[in-house]
Amino acid sequence: MASPAIEIENLSKEYPHGFLNLKKKRSLENLNMDVQTGEVFGFLGPNGAGKSTTIKLLMRLIFPTAGTARILGKSIDDVSMHRNVGYLPEQPYFYDYLTAAELLDYFARFHNLTAADRRDRVQRMLKKVGLETAKKIQLRKYSKGMLQRAGLAQAILHDPQVVILDEPMSGLDPLGRREVRDIILELKREGRTVLFSTHILSDAEMLCDRVGVIVGGTLRGIGAPGEMIGITAQGMEILFELPEAGTKTPLLEKATKTGERYRVQVPECELYAALEQLKDARVRILSVAQIKPTLEEFFMNLVDADRAQANAVEVSGQ
Amino acid sequence: MRNIWTVATNTFREAVRDRVLYNLVFFALLMMGAAILVGQVSIGIEDSVIVSLGLTAISVIGIFIAVFIGVGLVSKEIDKRTLYALLAKPVQRWEFLLGKYGGLVLTLTVNTAAMAVGLYVALWTVKHPLERSDWYVLVAVYLILLKLALIVALAMLFSCFTTPFLAILFTAGLYVAGVFAEDLRTMQAVGLAPETMKLLRGISYLLPNFENFNVMGAVAHSRGVPASLVWQDTWYALLYASLVLATAAVVFSRRNLK
Amino acid sequence: MTGKNMAVWWLPVLLLAGFTGVWHLQESIDQQKNATQLEQDQLMLLSGKLVQKLSLEYAPLMGAIYWTRVVQYFGEKHRLHQTNLELLWPLLDIATTVDPHLMPAYRFGSMFLSDHPPRGEGRPDLAVQLLERGIRANPEQWRLYQDLGNVYYFDAKDYPKASAAFAEGSKNPKAMIWMKVMAAKIAAEGESPETSYFLWQQVYQSTTDPMVKKNAGEHIRLMQVELDLKAINRLSDDFQKQTGHRAARINELVQAGLLNGVPLDPDGFPYALGDDGKAELNLDSPLLEKQLLEKQFSGPSSP
Repeated sequence: MASPAIEIENLSKEYPHGFLNLKKKRSLENLNMDVQTGEVFGFLGPNGAGKSTTIKLLMRLIFPTAGTARILGKSIDDVSMHRNVGYLPEQPYFYDYLTAAELLDYFARFHNLTAADRRDRVQRMLKKVGLETAKKIQLRKYSKGMLQRAGLAQAILHDPQVVILDEPMSGLDPLGRREVRDIILELKREGRTVLFSTHILSDAEMLCDRVGVIVGGTLRGIGAPGEMIGITAQGMEILFELPEAGTKTPLLEKATKTGERYRVQVPECELYAALEQLKDARVRILSVAQIKPTLEEFFMNLVDADRAQANAVEVSGQ
Repeated sequence: MRNIWTVATNTFREAVRDRVLYNLVFFALLMMGAAILVGQVSIGIEDSVIVSLGLTAISVIGIFIAVFIGVGLVSKEIDKRTLYALLAKPVQRWEFLLGKYGGLVLTLTVNTAAMAVGLYVALWTVKHPLERSDWYVLVAVYLILLKLALIVALAMLFSCFTTPFLAILFTAGLYVAGVFAEDLRTMQAVGLAPETMKLLRGISYLLPNFENFNVMGAVAHSRGVPASLVWQDTWYALLYASLVLATAAVVFSRRNLK
Repeated sequence: MTGKNMAVWWLPVLLLAGFTGVWHLQESIDQQKNATQLEQDQLMLLSGKLVQKLSLEYAPLMGAIYWTRVVQYFGEKHRLHQTNLELLWPLLDIATTVDPHLMPAYRFGSMFLSDHPPRGEGRPDLAVQLLERGIRANPEQWRLYQDLGNVYYFDAKDYPKASAAFAEGSKNPKAMIWMKVMAAKIAAEGESPETSYFLWQQVYQSTTDPMVKKNAGEHIRLMQVELDLKAINRLSDDFQKQTGHRAARINELVQAGLLNGVPLDPDGFPYALGDDGKAELNLDSPLLEKQLLEKQFSGPSSP
């Protein structure tokens, strides 16, 4: 099997903080993670978990306290590695006095492209991200969505094998997010490796081959979204309506009401007994469905557990 | 090298679009005013006054640009995070730094040259035709430019490791200290121990001696400046600025961006 | 990693080598500049009024800057043992035109403008001009009258005017009582060693300016020498009366009981007797040179 596109080994980052910078804060601790070639990898975690830190370490914007990483076999120390990597920073801001076309041309000059090649690529990219009509307008007049698209354009301009995106969907409206999602899927179709960080879980579920969940600076789990949360259903949910007001049935107490409809959750083994009860009450059954846990719940559990641990540590005075 | 040039030309473009060069309008007005004032007072040294005033203005405006924009070269890119996307390209941090430096020096050169033209126009209105000795003013302008190049290097160094506000303070402070460096060497203060005098002398060599570049006195009195001085000043500026930039490059290469 | 760490050691080496180069360059630049710079270069604009106009509201600042230039200029001249002080007056003129309340400039300026070379410029008329401007702008400063009186007394040798200056100054309630005394004494006697000594003492005690103090101190020491020489000559005359011949060496006076020990001059060197039997300074004493210069410039008016 080919070596992974991104290999991270024991990567750690400490920040000095506090009075006179004497205390150290660990924002990343012993991260070990691989991203396989050609996969879309989602890096999930709440704010401050270490996602951006990891990405900045990879891009050599900050330096690790310990550990190493390699992208496409080259160490992150090697600047020439950047030829094959595209990067979109978090909440990007570009030179607002330039137009989109000028910005792309500027960045393109750092890759060894001929002038003709450069022009050609800039045109193609602008078209690809839908900024062709706005290409002569200065970036200071761009909306957030447009800036994000410009950012994507500069990230993939040079045909990189690996694309790293830091919170690409943040601050976008649903239309904007859809556009970014589509671009990511297209990148995948082209065989590129994509690593992106997000805290929007539904996006991750939809796009990613694998996800890595990071909370409080450590990796808590890694795998396909489905694997992470377990396929085991947690039970069945029955949706029903009452034939006339005032009908009584024991399940009513456990049900939640939305408008005229009721939902009740029962363990799988009790499904038929519940249905019998409802049948006796002449209730109109609308649907019976399996309850699947979402990534969100898995996530929330992790975060709560982490918070509880942090509180315990605080209380014990360490 | 190409990367440095790319960054430099973009920096120049930024300066133009940020309307930095509009200061030239102010300068032109100043020169016009001076020419008119001097024409009315008529004390027999009109050309000397125009040259002095013009060179002073070129120097002061240049210093303001060098300090404020010089500090902003790096700190603005870090604060606004425009730097992040750039450093993800195959470009070294020191190439970025040198490119920024080159761009501002280029801007200053254009700015200063334009002001020199303005000065000559004003000079011509009070005294035409111009004599050979009037061309010595160009030498003074060149030396001022060397001085500015050195200041920009210092501004960049400070902005690489402190906040913009402090960087401006330090650069301005070092400029003032540098102007008096020569005096530090020659002063005879009463009541200081010989060791202290030696220490002060040593410090005076370390400081950037900005008075090296000041030939306003000679030029305003229509005297030339020896070519060897110009050569030596050029070497001095080159050497000192290189040391400063090398330090800045090392500091910046190790800096964790926020 | 390696790139980072390498830089840590080559940078200090580079800086060390580089600044050594800077040092050498600087020295040759200094030489160049000293060779080619003329003094007038310090004065961009020769007119005090023009400078004042241009200073806007920063006149006191400009005055102060010019004043520091004066001190610098003077100190540099002193260091290089040069005696032409032609820029002194223009600089002082501009400084006091720009800021007429620049008190240190008046005292310093008047002393070094009027004192004869090598100490000063030897132009008491300029000193008078300076002080009169100072008095016009600061009529309550009685010390200016003191300085004016000193200029007339010591350098212009115009005793009536000196007396008048002291008298005028003594009218100020803050003035010290000796001003009146001096006015009278000078009007009566003109120049006398006691008066001279006293006046220099007054300057010495009242100034905080180190150069002025140094100069006054020198004058005092020279006066002391004159008084000492006079005293020794009187004793020598007594010796002659006693023994019938002139003493050839100071020791003889000591042995004769006229002196307790060999007297020392203010710099600590023992006095001697010359071939003509008159007292004189020791050949090694630094005061000798100063005394000779004094005699050269002040003419045959010493005792």
